[in-house]
Order: sequence, then structure tokens, then C-alpha cells
Amino acid sequence: MTHAPLPRRSLLGAATLGAALATGASGLIVPARAQGLAPTPSMRGGANNYRPGAPIVERIGGGGFWLTGTVRRAGDGAPLPRVRIQAWAHTTEGHERDERSHGATLTDANGVFRIEMPQIVPAFGQAHGHLAYDAAHDDNGFATVFLRPVLRSARDTSLTADFVLRPA
Amino acid sequence: MTLRGKVRSFLIWAALAAAIAVPITVAATSPLLAWRDSIYIAAGLAGVVGLALLLVQPLLAGGLLPGLPLRLARRLHGLVGAGLLAAVVVHVAGLWLTSPPDVLDALLFRSPTDFSAWGVVALWAVLAAAGMAALRGRLRPAVWRLLHVMLALVIVIGTVVHALLIDGTMGIVSKAVLCAVVLVAAAKVVVDQRLLADLRRLASRDGRRRTARRQTQA
Repeated sequence: MTHAPLPRRSLLGAATLGAALATGASGLIVPARAQGLAPTPSMRGGANNYRPGAPIVERIGGGGFWLTGTVRRAGDGAPLPRVRIQAWAHTTEGHERDERSHGATLTDANGVFRIEMPQIVPAFGQAHGHLAYDAAHDDNGFATVFLRPVLRSARDTSLTADFVLRPA
Repeated sequence: MTLRGKVRSFLIWAALAAAIAVPITVAATSPLLAWRDSIYIAAGLAGVVGLALLLVQPLLAGGLLPGLPLRLARRLHGLVGAGLLAAVVVHVAGLWLTSPPDVLDALLFRSPTDFSAWGVVALWAVLAAAGMAALRGRLRPAVWRLLHVMLALVIVIGTVVHALLIDGTMGIVSKAVLCAVVLVAAAKVVVDQRLLADLRRLASRDGRRRTARRQTQA
């Protein structure tokens, strides 16, 4: 039994479309020029229960859960070192509004931040964290952004959120 | 009552008790409670109790509970309705004390979580139904009943979707079962009420009245 050969052009077309869908869906488009890197908008509810100016800490409470991410500049996508990021959440050690649930850290030379905090648990219907870049508490001169990423599963022990900041 | 009737009656009451008691017990023993203060715990449980009362309401309104005379059932329907209002007030007030900005976002329909809007729509329908209870007697019975059932459906659907989308203290299985029986009970009573016939009767009566008026004017 022989198979009729598929037309080469339609195969190529399908492959291109597939690749476009894959990159589009995962948000991993790497443009030839990074000039167009758009700033991250604040998320709905991101600023809820924010306590401005939490201290920079080695870890929040007893730790065990990792909140990680990158901070880059809008436009060229350059990583931003020494940018202050504050985090808070409802965890096994406190409500969002509690002072002990808040802490901040600075990005490293590669624009990467890692904050250890107690395990985030579902609250107000969803296991979620909060992150802030607050222009009032950072000298790098970017516009304030609040994020509210959601854990894919309440059993996750880490959460990632990336910032792309634009000059204020 | 025949033996068969007695068994049937027992089974209905036992099923009702289980459908309500199991999800409340699961929620009241959830591991999440260890990380919540008492106000937040009370707020969450009030929501679970409110959902459970939504199962009792149509059964009372439709006189579907064996051994309960319809007259008494209707009186209880009013009392349970007041209890539902109280549960909703405790639910929203407790959440407000726990996290004011999250409740404000929900009430203003700008919350990041979809379940909030469903809950707030149900909240307004509960308040409207309570307000309408005060108007009873001032509206034509068929009109009143039609409006009341429409509000009841908004409450039931809004609350069920609200509950199902939430990752909270309720167990997944007992929550799904309770939501399913709430929907079935509400649907059965609405169908039994023959609201469409009511509507047609209202429409035809209004139509006749208009025709009569035209004829008098001519």
C-alpha cells in the first residue's frame, strides 16, 4: 500500500502556522528588534492591602515559598539591577493586611528577584500573590506597577511574575 | 401514611439533611481555617449556610417536603428567606472586615475574580427579594409571584456559579452535589408553578382590558 505524498507547500504552511500559534500562545515572541517591549500594566486588584514601604528582608516570616521574577526596561528589554520589589500575600502565617505578610527585596545584576515567604494559601477564592514596584520607594524613576499573579494550583510552592517598567 | 409513604418521607428528609450537613461539616473542618481569623471564618461559613438555605427555599415554596402542610411550609419559606438575608449580610460584612478593598472591587464589578460579579448579582437579587416581600399584597399575586421567581432564579444561578468558581473551604464533591440539588429543586418548583400559563393569562387579561377600553371610547 502506498501513501499519496502530501503537497510540500501545505506541510510548510501548517508548520509555520503551528509555530506562530505556539509562540503566540506562550507569549515567547522574541522580536528581531527588542525596541517594542511593552510595559507591564498593573493588574486588577493588584494594589489591594498594600502597605507602602515594607522593609527589605532576607525572607518574609519562616519562608518555604518562592516568589521570583525579572525586572526589565520597556522598549529595549534591558535587565534592571537594584530595583525594589515588594511582595505580600495571604499565607500560612498571616492575612494580606498584616504587616508581617509584607517584605521587599532588590533585583540582582541580571534584573532577577527572589523573595522567600511562607506558603501562599487560597484566600478570597483564589491562591494568589501581590507584587509592587512603587515609584515612591525606589530611586530608579520608573512608573508604579502592581501585579496579582495567581497560583496554578494551591499546592504550588513557587510563583513567577515579571515586570517591564517604563520611565515615570 | 402507608409504610411506603413513611420510607419515602424518611428518605427525603434524610437526603435533605445530608445535602446540607455534609458540605457545612466539610467547610467547618477545612484545613484552610487554620490560617484564617474568626471573622473571616464566620464570613465564609455564612456563605456556605446561605447556599444550603437555597436548597430549603424551593422545597418549602413548592410544598415538596413530606409531612409539612403547605401553609406552614410557606410561613417557613418567609422565615428561611429572612435567614438567607442574614447569612448574606454576615458573609459580605465579614469579608469587608477581612479585606475592604477586595469587597469594594467586587461591589463595583472591577474584581479580578469572575466569581465576585456572580456573587454580587445574587446579593442584589436577595436584597430586591427582601424588599419585594414588604410589597406583598400591593401587587397583583400573579405579578408578585412572577417577579419573586425571577429574582429567586437570579439568586440561585448567581450563587451556584459564585460557589463553584471559588477555591475555598468547601469540599469539591460536596459543593458540586449541593449546587446540583439546589439547581434541580429550583427548576422543579419553577416548572411546577406554571409561570408561563400565568404570563399568558396576565397578557390576555391586559389585552381584553385594552380592547374593552377602546370599545368604550368608541
